[in-house]
Amino acid sequence: MEGLPLTHARFKEGLAQGRLLGLKCLDCGAWTVPPQATCSACGRFRLEVGQVTPRGVIRTFTVIRVPPAGFEAPYIVALVELEDGPWVLGNLLGLDPDRAGLDLIGRKVSVGGRLRPPDQTRGGAQAAVLTFNLLD
Amino acid sequence: MREVVILGVGMTRFGASELSMKELFSLAAGQALAESGVEPGDVEGLFVGQCLGVFEEGQANIAPFLGAELGLPHDAPASRFESACASATVAIRHGALMVGAGVHDLVLCGGVERATVMGTSLATTTFAMASHAEYECPAGITFPGVFGLAAHLYAAKYGLGLAELKRCMAEVAVKNHRHGFNNPLAQFRKEITVQDVLESPMIADPLQLYDCCPFSDGAAAVVLADAARFRNQVAQPILVAGLGQGQAGSIYAQKDITLSPARQASIRRAYRQAGIGPAEVDVCELHDCFTIAEIIATEALGFFDFGTGAAAARRGETTRGGRVVINPSGGLKAKGHPIGATGAAQTYEIVKQLRGECGPRQVEGARIGLVDTLGGDLGAVCNLVLRRA
Repeated sequence: MEGLPLTHARFKEGLAQGRLLGLKCLDCGAWTVPPQATCSACGRFRLEVGQVTPRGVIRTFTVIRVPPAGFEAPYIVALVELEDGPWVLGNLLGLDPDRAGLDLIGRKVSVGGRLRPPDQTRGGAQAAVLTFNLLD
Repeated sequence: MREVVILGVGMTRFGASELSMKELFSLAAGQALAESGVEPGDVEGLFVGQCLGVFEEGQANIAPFLGAELGLPHDAPASRFESACASATVAIRHGALMVGAGVHDLVLCGGVERATVMGTSLATTTFAMASHAEYECPAGITFPGVFGLAAHLYAAKYGLGLAELKRCMAEVAVKNHRHGFNNPLAQFRKEITVQDVLESPMIADPLQLYDCCPFSDGAAAVVLADAARFRNQVAQPILVAGLGQGQAGSIYAQKDITLSPARQASIRRAYRQAGIGPAEVDVCELHDCFTIAEIIATEALGFFDFGTGAAAARRGETTRGGRVVINPSGGLKAKGHPIGATGAAQTYEIVKQLRGECGPRQVEGARIGLVDTLGGDLGAVCNLVLRRA
């Protein structure tokens, strides 16, 4: 393996530019999102960078009422299954958290991202978070 | 592998403590060594679970300090194991493997944590650090949040309806508080009702306060030894019959976390080594950090089919008179959850149960017991099968 095909920094840069980047496996064809060293389906190293379809379906969610430091509750955290296969974690926006119910599961969303301000407990790095918006 | 036995166990009361981690662990370790009839000088290795000491006390590299505090010999390696809430079980498994492999004949294992000194905000923040730093933490996920995700997924997948699932989850909390009432070392010795659970504040939908275990301080310790040399050292040695450990990474990579792939991998190995299946288990201490966590654990451990654990909990299958007694100690929910110590405290309870020393919470005739400990957002699971030697 010569270097990593898609680093966290480049993934973050993509999100900031409105592109959801991922890795397509040259062996099994599966997508890996967010990036890691190996294919999340077959565990092999031969991966190429590509643009992932920024849409998916909510598989589950929760509303955080007691947040970690630096977050303002309530907010919705959701697990979304992308059309291209991988599941990703992020924040569902544009919906009052107090109106979030089990009927959210199965709803279609668009997938974007935003940067969070630097956090001194994490080496001072800016973090990226995936964001979801209901489509229907 | 050589046969490995547990000679003695020790545990502090769980709850809020003013004692330092060195003091807490010394109390638990002192009991375990005394029960085993050995002295600190006999200990050939110290393997200890400890998770957040850097934030709690500003203490890194705690293991050699614990070794020195106890007066262990300089040639006894002292190592800290960090696997979030599974830290102590991972340390015990390591100790059992070292004795089994013939590297050491007698080791001291266990764990210690002092989470209450952090307060709720810092504790919530640091516990969440066991999620993926780049791809989970920035969304503001918390530990209750992870299991809130699991609960909604479970309710939707099995068509249970949220009200019904929450009722079943509440029964888990009520049962574990009832069990914990009879445990003098438990943080909460107070019975609660389904109504108490359903009226408590919301923490991470749909989990309410009484669906969640508390932040806790405490320590527990276990002495493991080569069976051939030490089995006659104590009246009732307990055999380490099976070991398992699995890993699964982030929740998004696991996809359906209610299936707990790390746990399925771990328990398969532990049962196989012990030559048993779930039907042979008489008593089990499992990782009920949240009520839904107990339900999904009872399924992945094979006590109930996937999708039926919630109904089984509501029917009373997990308490005396049911299929298998789960968490007679009160579990993490009532006994408390000092994360680095939890696996050792679960081991403490199973050893006491197999020896028949649990008084009003004794599971009559228990011969085979199971320890199940989960670390992080279901990313690490470690299992021990113990039996009367």
